[in-house]
Formats: sequence, structure tokens, C-alpha cells
Amino acid sequence: MKAVTLKRHLTESFKSLKRNGWMSVAAVSAVTVTLLLVGVLLSILMNINKVAHDIENDVQVRVVIDRGTTKEQKAQLKSELSKISGVKKVTYSSRQNELDNVIGVYGKDFQLFQGDQNPLYDVYVVDTTSPEKTVSVAKKAKTLKYVYDAKYGGASAKKLFKIVASIQRWGFVISLLLLFVAVFLISNTIRITILSRENEIAIMRLVGATNSYIRWPFILEGAWTGLLGAILPILLVDIAYYWAYGVLTSALASTNYHLLTPATFLWQIDLLLAVIGIVIGALGSGLSMRRFLKI
Amino acid sequence: MIEYKDVVKEYPNNTLASDHISLKINDGEFVYVVGPSGAGKSTFIKMMYHEEVPTSGHIQVNDHSLEKMKNSEVPRLRRELGIVFQDFKLLPRLTVFENVAYALQVIEKTPAEVKERVDRVLTLVGLEDKKDNFPDELSGGEQQRVAIARAIANKPSILIADEPTGNLDPETARGIMDILEKINQEKTTVVMATHNSFIVNEYKHRVIEIADGKIIRDQEEGDYIDESSNA
Repeated sequence: MKAVTLKRHLTESFKSLKRNGWMSVAAVSAVTVTLLLVGVLLSILMNINKVAHDIENDVQVRVVIDRGTTKEQKAQLKSELSKISGVKKVTYSSRQNELDNVIGVYGKDFQLFQGDQNPLYDVYVVDTTSPEKTVSVAKKAKTLKYVYDAKYGGASAKKLFKIVASIQRWGFVISLLLLFVAVFLISNTIRITILSRENEIAIMRLVGATNSYIRWPFILEGAWTGLLGAILPILLVDIAYYWAYGVLTSALASTNYHLLTPATFLWQIDLLLAVIGIVIGALGSGLSMRRFLKI
Repeated sequence: MIEYKDVVKEYPNNTLASDHISLKINDGEFVYVVGPSGAGKSTFIKMMYHEEVPTSGHIQVNDHSLEKMKNSEVPRLRRELGIVFQDFKLLPRLTVFENVAYALQVIEKTPAEVKERVDRVLTLVGLEDKKDNFPDELSGGEQQRVAIARAIANKPSILIADEPTGNLDPETARGIMDILEKINQEKTTVVMATHNSFIVNEYKHRVIEIADGKIIRDQEEGDYIDESSNA
């Protein structure tokens, strides 16, 4: 495309957006509402996915060792643990090591508990061959001598996976429906634009303008509509996510599971929303052009 | 060159607008297509620029076979044609210059080319003084001259005019005819649908008369008596 043509298309698309005043506002609002819902749904879905993934990969059983267990007894325990079926690896982690981990994750406040103040236990971290094995391994480990407790994370997974799967399915369906509605609304709006320019389109066709030449200004107008409609949802999702992240992270503090961090997650979802906006806008107007171009 | 071979056009409501029409129009000819309203003149003309597609038969316009033409190829055909209508079809929010330039811009001519050609065709139709006026500031005849300027701006080999004098008084119509004659003298084929008998009888050319979708007369230097009106 020649530069002069591109410039003409751009000007024409902006002019048209302005000329349609309230209709443009209506279309932008439609995109805004849609993208807001899609943005919220996506944030929830992607985080559920992340946590589900965390849980799924949680194939560890933490076998807490009684205080006062001697080195020999620990060695004996280790060999017994290794013999349980489904155990892949047994790693020792001293209470000091455990505390260092806590300090690493939750901050220097926990340095208060150094040395004799350390409330934690020595631990054997047992990796199982598969998430399902964690239950039986933990159960068996609990019956062994010198074992204070055996904890596992993956057990709740099965039930959760079912819930996650259905949430994902419905979220996906709802998002699709919303996007469909938005495409419909945009295409209707642009159709009104097109009607007001029907004469112009007829003349363009008569003098031999290609369909793509005729289509471009309308597709651009649709794209702007989508992009403008994405601004508010992006801002709102960002703000809400920062807030939700703060609240939920402290709630999840005692687990191995983490939400997607705002720094990396938000620009992804922002970009996604902008792209969805542009695509549904362009698609909506492209579709409504068909009748006028006799495709 | 335009050639129709056994062209049939039947509309979904069973109207037979073109009933096995065959004819040939050579390069540089001036041809009137006459006949009463509803005879099939418009369909005949519209098939020439692929606005209507024949139900069967063969239509050749220059190098294009229209009956099997893809939609994407239509713009290439149209660029070889100039088309003028009874109702001018000018864009009201553009000036005379812009209206003519528009036709060149949409086929992506450079700004310099556009300016040069628009000035030339506006001079040809005698409207170089009115290039900054808007269409509603012009008379009907002047508006039709703008439309003709737009149609010939891209140097088409064929000019198709569908009732170009239909809305004009006889004197203005003569002005339009003088321009079409001038264009024809520069080797452009002119195909003009009309039921303006005084024009046909005053500016003598080949006459093709259509009635009920059939060619009932094809005559060099023919005349025409319109029975449906006294125009």
C-alpha cells in the first residue's frame, strides 16, 4: 500500500469515527463492557490455572521428624522412607534450612527465630513419582517411627481439578458469547456508517477501486473503536488485580501456591485485551462490509 | 471491443431481461441503445460493467470474459471503463475538483498524476473555472459534465452512459452530446442508453433497439421514435 493511500485511509477512518458521534460512543461502550467482563474472567481463569498447576506439580510429602531423633535414627528413617512404593527421592532439610526458606519467602522478620528460638522441625522432603502417590506415601510415612507428621499438598487436587475444569469450560463459553455480542454490536454500528456512505462506496466500485481499498477505512474505524473500548477495562482490571493480589497473597501465604505476579501478568492481560478489542472491532466492521462489496 | 453472444439474463422473479442477445460493438464506435422503460436497456448496460451477471451466454469486454469473472477481477475491468448516470452520482461534500480526483485517488494514482489529469479533463468539459465549486452550486448540465470528466479521467477505452441526458433540457442535453462526440472522436467507444429521440435523430449513430429483452433493430445511422413519451 502506498503511503499516500495509507494516510488517506487513516484520515478517513478518524473522520468517520467523529462523524458518527453517539453511534461510535455506543460501540465503544459495548466493547468496554465486553472486555471488562472478559478481562475479569480471564484474570480469574488464568490464576485458577496457575494454582491448579502448582497443585498438580506438588508431588512432595513433607515428613516431619520428631525432635530428639538421633542421626542414626534419621538414617534408618530415610532408608525406610525410600522403600515405600511410589517414592522417587528423599531429601533431608534441617530445621535451620527450613527457617532459611521461610525467611527467604516471607522476609527478615522471621530472623527473630534463629537458633534455639527456631520453632520448626527437621524434615524429610519426599518426592513421589506421581501426584496421586502422595496420599498413600504420606499415610505410610505416618506409621513409621520417629515421624511426627506427614503432610502433602496434591491430595486435594483431584476434586479441585474437576471444579477447575468446569470453571474453565464455562468461563470460556461465556467469554466467547460476550465476544460474539461485541462483534455483533460493532458490526451494526459500522453498518450505519456504511449506509451513510453507500453512495461513495458505489462510486468507488464503479471507478474500479478494489474491495480491499474500500474496506480499509471501515476496518480501521472498527479497530479504533475496539482499541478505545479496551482502555477502561485495562485500567480497571489492573487496579482490581493489584488489590486482589494483595488480599489473596496473604491468604495463600501458608501454602505452596502463588498467584500470577502483577508485574508479569498484567502487561500480558493488558496486551491481550487491547488485541481482542482491535480484532473484534475490525472483524465486526469487516463483516458488515460484505453485503456492500458483493463478496 | 464489446461482444455479446447468446446472452440470457433471467431475474429471480422470472423476468427475462435479456433474451438471447448477440451483438458486437467495435472499438471507436458510438452506439445508442434505445427502447422503452423496462425493455431491458438497463440490464444490457449493467452487464457490460459486471453490475449484473448473465444467466447464460458469453460477454467479452476488451480482454475480459465477464460471465466467469471473479469479483476480485472486476476492479480491473472497471478501470478500462468510464460510467455516467442519469443522476450524476457526484459526492455532495466534495468540490468539483475533488469529485474528479476521487476517482483517480481510489485507484491509487500519485497526487501529481491526479492533478494533471483532473485539470485536463475539466478543461475538456469546459469546467476549469468551477473546480472549487460544490455540486449543488452547479446546474444539472454542469453536474453531468463533472460526472463525464470523472468517467474519462482514467482514460477509459469505453464510455458507458446510462440516460446521461435524461434529467436535462434539450439545450443542455446538446451540450452534453457535444462533449460525448468529442470524446468519441478521440477513439473512445461510447455506448449510450437513451430514450431521447431528438438526440438520436440529431446526432446520427448506430442504433440498437431493445424490446422485451430482444434486439429488434440494429441500424447504422438509425433514427428513433419514442412511443412512450414525447421527449
